[in-house]
Amino acid sequence: MTEISKEEVKHIADLAKLPLSDEETGKLAVELSDTISHINILSKLNLKIKNLSETSQISGLRDIFREDVIDSKRILPQKEALSNCKNTHGGYFVVKRILG
Amino acid sequence: MTGLNNLTLKEALEGITNGEFSGRDVVVDCLAAISQRDSKVRAYLSSVSLDEINSIEPRSDSVLKDLPLALKDNILTKDFKTTASSSVLKDYKPQYNATIAEKLIRAGAFLLGKTNMDAWAHGSSTETSDFGPTLNPWDLTRLPGGSSGGSAAAVAADLCLAAVGTETAGSIRQPAGWCGVVGFKPSYGRVSRYGIVAMASSTDSPGPITKTVWDAAFLLSILAGHDVYDATSLPDEVPDYTARLNDSVGGLKIGVPKEYFEGVENGVSQKVMEAVKQLETLGCLVKEISLLDPKYSIAVYTIIQRSEVSSNLARYDGIRYGEGREAFGPEAKRRIMLGTYALSAGYYDAYYKTAEKVRTLIINDFNRAFSEVDLIAGPVSPTIALPVGVSRGQSMFGEMADVLVEPSSIAGLAGISVPCGFSEGMPVGLDLIGPKLSEELVLRVAYHYEQSTEWHKERPNG
Amino acid sequence: MQFEPIIGLEVHVELKTKSKMFCGCPADHFGREPNSNTCPVCLGLPGALPVPNKKAVEWCIMLGLALNCRVNEDSYFERKNYFYPDLPKGYQISQYAKPFCVNGSIVILGTSRARTPESKGADAGVAQHDEGQGRGKTIRINRVHMEEDTGKLLHSDQIPNYQGPKDVSLVDFNRSGVPLVEIVTEPDFKSTEEVVDYLKKLQLIVRYLGISDADMEKGSMRLEPTINLKVTESVSLSRSEITSEGVMPGDPALPAGRSSIDSGQGVLSAQARMTDEGQNYWKRKEVSYTPLVEIKNINSFKFVKQALEYEIKRQSEEFLKTREQKKAGNKATMGYNEAKKMTVLQRSKEEAHDYRYFPEPDVPPMHFTKSQISNLKSQIPELPEAKVVRYIRDWSIKETEAVIIVENKNLAAYFETAAAEALQKDYPVSKLSGVLVNKRLDFANLNPKDLVQKLVQEKEQETLKHEELAEVCREAVEQNERAVSEYQNGKKESLQFLVGQVMKISRGRAEPQLAASVLKDLLK
Repeated sequence: MTEISKEEVKHIADLAKLPLSDEETGKLAVELSDTISHINILSKLNLKIKNLSETSQISGLRDIFREDVIDSKRILPQKEALSNCKNTHGGYFVVKRILG
Repeated sequence: MTGLNNLTLKEALEGITNGEFSGRDVVVDCLAAISQRDSKVRAYLSSVSLDEINSIEPRSDSVLKDLPLALKDNILTKDFKTTASSSVLKDYKPQYNATIAEKLIRAGAFLLGKTNMDAWAHGSSTETSDFGPTLNPWDLTRLPGGSSGGSAAAVAADLCLAAVGTETAGSIRQPAGWCGVVGFKPSYGRVSRYGIVAMASSTDSPGPITKTVWDAAFLLSILAGHDVYDATSLPDEVPDYTARLNDSVGGLKIGVPKEYFEGVENGVSQKVMEAVKQLETLGCLVKEISLLDPKYSIAVYTIIQRSEVSSNLARYDGIRYGEGREAFGPEAKRRIMLGTYALSAGYYDAYYKTAEKVRTLIINDFNRAFSEVDLIAGPVSPTIALPVGVSRGQSMFGEMADVLVEPSSIAGLAGISVPCGFSEGMPVGLDLIGPKLSEELVLRVAYHYEQSTEWHKERPNG
Repeated sequence: MQFEPIIGLEVHVELKTKSKMFCGCPADHFGREPNSNTCPVCLGLPGALPVPNKKAVEWCIMLGLALNCRVNEDSYFERKNYFYPDLPKGYQISQYAKPFCVNGSIVILGTSRARTPESKGADAGVAQHDEGQGRGKTIRINRVHMEEDTGKLLHSDQIPNYQGPKDVSLVDFNRSGVPLVEIVTEPDFKSTEEVVDYLKKLQLIVRYLGISDADMEKGSMRLEPTINLKVTESVSLSRSEITSEGVMPGDPALPAGRSSIDSGQGVLSAQARMTDEGQNYWKRKEVSYTPLVEIKNINSFKFVKQALEYEIKRQSEEFLKTREQKKAGNKATMGYNEAKKMTVLQRSKEEAHDYRYFPEPDVPPMHFTKSQISNLKSQIPELPEAKVVRYIRDWSIKETEAVIIVENKNLAAYFETAAAEALQKDYPVSKLSGVLVNKRLDFANLNPKDLVQKLVQEKEQETLKHEELAEVCREAVEQNERAVSEYQNGKKESLQFLVGQVMKISRGRAEPQLAASVLKDLLK
């Protein structure tokens, strides 16, 4: 059984940009370990899949492109682009200051 | 209770054509039903008010003749709140319509409101909704299933004529099964995903939840089709799916996979086997087949779905819309965390890559089966609807409840859940699975089965 | 102790397609009102899906082909997952495992193919150094891939008359989703001159292809060099080391696979037998590497040179002080401060960069057939290097002039039209090129035909009148008695010498053929 430590949980939470409480971190360590032990069942199929390629697209489609033309009917006026944002200024989205 | 809200789409269309009533009359009855009963079922997160409907221009000459439909709340509706049942989007008013919302509006549908779901469609209970669970209209102490639980409950409780849900792995068929209605999951790419809050992009498939198979076929004819805004949507022509429902089913081979009956409740197995016998009576040839143990599909689905979720939910950063990332509920956090882990350096090959290979194995397995049979039949879910509260704190609850529908979702196949009887007073669903783009065939067999039984006429409200 | 810079480059080029990479918003984002050039897709709204721009993909492949790359017949997009306020989806659609183009090369510091048409560049396993023979140096290109641009982050103090909330950054998504090509080299540069020459060559190729303005100031061409130093020092061996006789192989081998910019160059010691005043003794040659530094925010060729030179100095001084060596995780990110002419630390340690790439499920994979690839190849116009070769071969113009002409795509086009005209009018093209390079002409108001007409007239006016020519010839004969007598004794070559003298005295205004016949008459 794979054990996920609290430190690992914190590292993953950093990658996922999820603020977690201490309690959540502890709980997630247990839950993630539990789920991982479930999915490790796939190792039983190692022999069967040895020569198989991965399927990441099940539509069976290939080479889907759009022509290089402007689609003006989808362009949002500035007001609409900003319409769900609580923090705007002068047409911009406002975020906490980013250094650099 | 003989309101127009109890009608099927087909009955309502006929009534309007015959001049008995208008689509708007049906809307009024649905809204009345919602205000009377939805406080108990809690299928809707939001619905239009009686006052508002007068401002909407009736279009009785359209295909859907103003008939009232409900949409799952992960389908974007312009200027009409769309939350995916998550606190993160509690005030989100989309700037655009999903392609299917647009199609329904153009076809003359009256969109009654948005239905509850598991938050972000993560679950099979509708219990993980950040706005509280929906309850099963057949027994309010039980769950409706999910994630399209609100849509299925709304249809079952006659709070709309039909609804649209989305399935990633069971999210249409499983709640339809638990609520005793028809749920159709089209082949991946048959119905556009544009404007639907993405869950697992590589398997998400929107589809109809209806009172009858004919209604599902009718609605699918409107929903399906190529969309230039969705690069994964299939370009194949869309037929009128109602046109060939009456064609013969004689001689069609139905495969029954023995692996799909392992660990299934007796009451459920029994009803499904009776349904298989009924198919034989209708002239189908039934054959036992063997498929890969569905427990592997759970693992594959868990890895792929969590991985894609971790990426799909990254846009919710609270900058352009919605709340910050602290607003995610526990289930979303769990899934984001597992997906991030599975994709992270050092684990990608062991998890994601392996899962994508097993996905190939599952597809090959179905291809082999479909070289022997035309359709596969089995139970939709191993159990009848479970009691409220059972999903809480179970990180794999959804996967266990959806074990029998996950393989076909992973492979992108067409499938339908049709009512096939009752166990302990609760509905049981028959799952019919066909190859990719076999919509017409799946619907035809389901239609013949449905028409030869009375199950679809049963209603929770008597 | 010797310090040798090792530099690799990542260059981003914004394509000037009509529309963005995955949606139909205009790709031209300059000078628009903030957030007025977005749609659900490039604003990262829920449910929006990407559909790739065919032209952008074709242009990316064309650029790869122009850089002698191999095109991956099977390719796909991937998601690069990271959080930044200018990245609306929380991931960038990019390429990782299967970029469109790989293993290319570009020849810098010369036009190698002028003399060696079968350049080994494209298949070269390592960078070739043959500067000595004037053939230039091959820089290996690791990959050319396609991705989408991010939005723009502004800081409140960058906005004139800003009166909004304090201590914030402002985000504009107009640029979000503009097609972006990334060109990554191997760490083959050993000097800042090489870097600048590469950048100029690359910029020129991009402009000839007509796929981008590649304007550094506007940001349609951006570069991020990664630099560290190879430090070599000789250390006397201790007695025990001499007896142990372990001899290590020469140069560090770079691990296969990923871009070697990120690859580990650990400490390696080589032992070498050295001779000193006829006496044999053992010395150890110790090689180490300073920590990698990536430099950002450079917006001109001048500044890239300054920044790298500063960094070479800084890293060597730092090494002498701390002897800190390159190791996993100590790659730093520096910004270049133009005013102070120095690099400034942005991040001391590489952040936990774990981009969690996986195939983009929203975009089906792509396959390019051989005929599609060769079709794209055939659309590549004649590139500057080939033009230089042709100008020299066909029209015997000076290489330096040819190089200057091709540096400006419009000038080259002008020159070629004028050259065709000159050939008709019997005007030497080699003179025409000189005129174009040396005289700053107002090309906009003088068409190539008129220019040649003007030159022909000037030439006629400049030619010496017959009497003047006879006078000059007489002078040449008088001043060169020996050549005259040699000629008269049958040495025909001496006539050419005398013609040369005539040209010299007339400061080039004489017509050589005419001068020869006048001389012949005089010496009869």
